[in-house]
Amino acid sequence: RRQDVLTVTPWLAPIVWEGTFDPEILDSAYRPLNLTIGVTAFAVGKYTRFVRRFLESAERHFLRGYRVNYYIFTDSPRSLPRAPLRPGRRLLAVPVPRYSSWQEISMRRMEAINRHVAQVSHREVQYLFCLDIDMVFHNPWGPETLGDMVAAIHPGYFDVPREQFPYERRSSSAAYIPEGEGDFYYGGAVFGGRVEKVYEFTKTCHMTILADKANGIMAAWQEESHLNRHFLSHKPSKLLSPEYIWDDRKPKPPEIRLVRFSTLDKNYKEVRN
Amino acid sequence: RQDVLVLTPWLAPIVWEGTFSRDILNAQYLQKNLVTGVVTFAVQKYWFFIEGFMRSANKYFLAGHQVNFYLFTDNPEKISHLQMAPENHLFVIPVQNDSRWQDIFTSRMDIISSYIHSQFQHEVDYLYSMDIDVQLLAHIGVEIIDALVATISSWQVTPQHGNRAYEARPGSQAATPEGQGDFHYTASFYGGSVAEVYKLTRACSEGLMEDRENGLEAWWHHESHLNRYLLQHRPTRLLSPEYYWDTEL
Repeated sequence: RRQDVLTVTPWLAPIVWEGTFDPEILDSAYRPLNLTIGVTAFAVGKYTRFVRRFLESAERHFLRGYRVNYYIFTDSPRSLPRAPLRPGRRLLAVPVPRYSSWQEISMRRMEAINRHVAQVSHREVQYLFCLDIDMVFHNPWGPETLGDMVAAIHPGYFDVPREQFPYERRSSSAAYIPEGEGDFYYGGAVFGGRVEKVYEFTKTCHMTILADKANGIMAAWQEESHLNRHFLSHKPSKLLSPEYIWDDRKPKPPEIRLVRFSTLDKNYKEVRN
Repeated sequence: RQDVLVLTPWLAPIVWEGTFSRDILNAQYLQKNLVTGVVTFAVQKYWFFIEGFMRSANKYFLAGHQVNFYLFTDNPEKISHLQMAPENHLFVIPVQNDSRWQDIFTSRMDIISSYIHSQFQHEVDYLYSMDIDVQLLAHIGVEIIDALVATISSWQVTPQHGNRAYEARPGSQAATPEGQGDFHYTASFYGGSVAEVYKLTRACSEGLMEDRENGLEAWWHHESHLNRYLLQHRPTRLLSPEYYWDTEL
């Protein structure tokens, strides 16, 4: 039981923190459902170097005991590690083109995920998580994360007043959120849910991204801005605390008892272009 | 709310006043055009409660949303004209009077499941069963809408030598999970999606009939079966004892 943090949103969605749930009860509810959970991650250009550590840590911590399909979207499928995975888990390469700028690559993710769901993953998985590849699992990520539509609270803004959220503030953008509005600032590195919901969500985000492109504008934080706009009008059914989307460069406050998934410290300049 | 438990160990929210914004929830539900049904029984002398229940429910239950009230009664002629809100409808369904107490509860689960199968599933998205001997004193809104919803009992159950003894517990204490992280739920107010309520009432009805064949019956058994079902199929949302406070306390 946690009394130091908010554990339910005003629309009655649970916020998942260590201490709010019993992993055994959840496992006993979810294991019998024979689920397959999908993970999408983009490893384009130099980002292929992150795949090994991502996968190794996922094998140790991500939904242990469940069937998992890792869909790695990459421009060089041959560079993917061939290390064997635990039983019931598969690695599938999804070829994608390499766009000219990292922003473009980033913004095209929604479209790629959406297309892949329609063509492939809707038949293979019931739940899908879309994660950044340049991150590592440090602690268990279990069925407490499963829900219809799941978003994660950005580690930089979880205890900061709404006025400071870096929403897109230009009204000409389709990702615009006016001052005084907004529930949380969600991170683009982690989102997911039922595969049908992820399909709808990625489609809508892709549409708003295209609308901006047609107007010659790019949102402040690329698809993260569009994700935040979408989750304001279509509230997630479950939120993950920053334990599930941590930034190792930040000092750990007492509210964060456990870091489950966090960024790999890297040289941004070197990796992006 | 920091004084009460607002989340179960399986991450189902526990609805207490102060934990939610009805405005946000209403906005979400208006997008969806949902119809909710309420099933209630008024047999034998309970016809007396019909007017009070219907008047308060019509005013306070999911106000502003479409509600179908399904009133099962053996005294349809005793129902005076009831003025319903424009979004609401009242359907009076005559039933036979069961002379035995035990049968009243067993047949209720059975009646609900068969009517879901034959009728309600085509008419409503969500369905709630409520005892008729209550009056709503304040708004009960869309915060109750979820797949499988149960209300925490304001009574504590202490099994003693096969006879159940009920002890009263104040509201916030009642919402403490017992042992395994589970709660005691009241059979007086539960519901959810039609699919889930169908499964629940089927299971309980079958369990009760099996009990009867084995000569095991007691009036509280329908509540035990409900609780056993909810132990194995955990509710997706719990309502605090605020939602059904037994005035005998």
